[in-house]
Amino acid sequence: MKMMKNMRKEPLTDTQLLMSITIGIFIVMYLVAIIFLGGGFLHAQQIFDMLNDNASLIIVSCALTIVMIGGGIDISVGAVTSLVVMSCVLYLNSGGNIFVSILLALGIGLGFGLVQGFLISYLEIQPFIVTLAGMFFARGMTTILSVNPQKSEHSGFEKLREMKIEIPFLGYTAKNGNFVPARMELGVVVALICVVFIFILLKYIRLGRNFYAMGGNQQSALMLGINVKRTRFFSYVISGLLSGISGYVFMMHTGAGNATNAAGMEMNAIASSIIGGTLLTGGVGNVIGTFFGTLTLTTIKKIVVSSGLNDPWWQSITTGGMLCFFILLQSVVLGKRAKKKNS
Amino acid sequence: MENCLLKMRHIEKRFPGVLALNNVDFTLRKGEIHALMGENGAGKSTLIKILTGVYQMDAGEITVEDTAVSIRSPQDAQNKGISTVYQEITLCPNLTVAENMFIGREGGNWVRHTEDEKRADEILKLLGIPARSTQQLGSCSLAVQQMVAIARAVDQNCKVLILDEPTSSLDDKEVKMLFDLMRDLKSKGVGIIFVTHFLEQVYEVSDRITVLRNGELVGEYLVEDLPQVELVSKMIGKELDELSTLKESDEEDISKKEVLYEAKSLSSSEAEPFDFTIHKGEVNGFTGLLGSGRSESVRAIFGADKVTGGNVTIKGKNAKITRPIDAMKHGIGYLSEDRKRDGIIAELSVRENIMLALQVMNGFFKPISRSESEAFADEYIKVLNIKTASRETPVGSLSGGNQQKVILARWLLTHPDYLILDEPTRGIDVGTKLEIQKLVLKLAEEGVSVTFISSEVEEMLRTCSRLIVMRDRHIVGELTGKDLNQAQVMKTIAGGEA
Repeated sequence: MKMMKNMRKEPLTDTQLLMSITIGIFIVMYLVAIIFLGGGFLHAQQIFDMLNDNASLIIVSCALTIVMIGGGIDISVGAVTSLVVMSCVLYLNSGGNIFVSILLALGIGLGFGLVQGFLISYLEIQPFIVTLAGMFFARGMTTILSVNPQKSEHSGFEKLREMKIEIPFLGYTAKNGNFVPARMELGVVVALICVVFIFILLKYIRLGRNFYAMGGNQQSALMLGINVKRTRFFSYVISGLLSGISGYVFMMHTGAGNATNAAGMEMNAIASSIIGGTLLTGGVGNVIGTFFGTLTLTTIKKIVVSSGLNDPWWQSITTGGMLCFFILLQSVVLGKRAKKKNS
Repeated sequence: MENCLLKMRHIEKRFPGVLALNNVDFTLRKGEIHALMGENGAGKSTLIKILTGVYQMDAGEITVEDTAVSIRSPQDAQNKGISTVYQEITLCPNLTVAENMFIGREGGNWVRHTEDEKRADEILKLLGIPARSTQQLGSCSLAVQQMVAIARAVDQNCKVLILDEPTSSLDDKEVKMLFDLMRDLKSKGVGIIFVTHFLEQVYEVSDRITVLRNGELVGEYLVEDLPQVELVSKMIGKELDELSTLKESDEEDISKKEVLYEAKSLSSSEAEPFDFTIHKGEVNGFTGLLGSGRSESVRAIFGADKVTGGNVTIKGKNAKITRPIDAMKHGIGYLSEDRKRDGIIAELSVRENIMLALQVMNGFFKPISRSESEAFADEYIKVLNIKTASRETPVGSLSGGNQQKVILARWLLTHPDYLILDEPTRGIDVGTKLEIQKLVLKLAEEGVSVTFISSEVEEMLRTCSRLIVMRDRHIVGELTGKDLNQAQVMKTIAGGEA
């Protein structure tokens, strides 16, 4: 009897279905890259490079996933990331302490999250407007702090930056015969911890499920006894906090503050979330999907570059095309489901 | 009474300018299904909202199992064992069945999926609900979703279960499933308040009926003591024997005139197939209780809902009407029941609202000149006696009756051959009502055909020469000539022998 029960497979939920599609497409795309472009894509280091370059994008994509599941949007994440980088670099260069710089990063992110969350949830202002204002504010602040790029000169921090995790068994032997182990930056570890933590939050913690309920049907969530205002508030607070973490990870990767850092990152994060199966309408999405969404987006860009199309607009054009393709795919798949149910 | 579950005594609720509930009593016993009946504005939803903590009563007392309680919020009501399942499902379709049953309730910070799912499966099995706990709610039928909402209430130890129009979006088979569940809960001692407008369902499942009218209690009856005809007359407020026959319409034989519009087994996503004919210059009407399908039928004629079948001929020629614009091109105008939602655009001026339909008919590339539209607006403001500060006043600031006249002007301007008026007199004062009725008769004299719908039977009798009676989404009779009197209408509505 128990066996029987385990054998009956439940059809996938919308969230699981969209996530599986993303993972499938990522794998197919990567295989295509290996077959046609070969070389670099065969090495594990290729994946680690993608992770190293995009750790902070993964983190803000997670932030967007949470907010979008709750039916909102946060476009301040990129600008907050940039503000955090600039503030921390300046602080460290003035002889600051690494531990305090981490607190500073978290504090800036948290501050943005609290204020934006309050305005959106309790004063009921449109999230797009609030976070647009937050974005301009953070960008402006970054420029006020310094118009010129600032390179980190803090010796302790530079040491932290140089620390890489080496994974020998994924390495390869270079043409000159030297063995090169796969290298992963500390920021990637932070990003992966964020992914795992948010996965647990969304699946096993009450607050996380409440995000889904709120995004699925706000009126219902209210009737089911969920404190919708508080739930929404928390979604923006978490998003702000993740932007702060993203800023620190960004700084660990580049080591320099620049007013144009992380430009357009919020849009890439939205794109990653959508490709990862998060619906802009809310209630559906998953952080594992978002992780693979980010990788998919990066792989496309790599493929474009590797094909010799070096101009940046080719990346934009392909990203735009992919996004259209995914949204179309989502609505076709979900539409087909709805039809099947009705018949 | 020892098995008395819920008592509401001398309940009073006042809204600005209206006494919504006046000294209403309501009693619910353990293990009974109690139907709460009344037409629009009778006060049933106010009573329900007081019971669920959405409104606070101004006077009166509520006792649950002989303890006086005050209900401050919907959450509070649930804690006191009063749960409500609403017409629109208030669950989240993107979550699983189990999650929907347990989300938002007391408990720690962690979601215990396996435990919740086990518990949910037990309840679903106990209540015989055909759903699995791990299923996404959105993949269940509406009826099952509704049952899951009930299961949630049951698991919250509800003693009083309020079902507010639960059957309005269910088909016959699903209704049967729901009724079985209701009977099952009843045998477990739950008291159920059943609000519906389907008379037959009331008789199928209820034990007792409480009737409200105009915010006052008409009475509480055992189902077997109250035949359907009497229930209808109590709801509408006229005793059958004191009904006097009203004025007959002049016996000019309208059916000899040319047929303007004819539909054969027309159906839409909302309306069951029906046949319908209207002659040139005829005023006819759809009547029936709220929810009997009268609005849905006329919406099908106008193409306002998705038309799913049927043949339509207009002036003897085949016509295909699938969208409102098709209907408009065939000279059909439609004044909707809900003027806030389908009719007026509150932010636009009186003139702009009047010009809307004509502009759509002309197409957007043939603009109507400003001076022309001002002239039209002024003319109709005068003809219909619309009370507005100027033709540029936003419609939203006008009174309900005048808003209605603006929409009427909009359609008259397109010179329709056939005008459908759905509840044109709802919520407007008696004087304006009469004006609109007179206008309808005048239009008919000029050769316009009119279909008129109103909840007030008297009004229909005054204006229509033929009444089509609907019950539970089907046409159950057509009354003309000397059959056009209130007693006959009521009998037909209730389903008594003619």
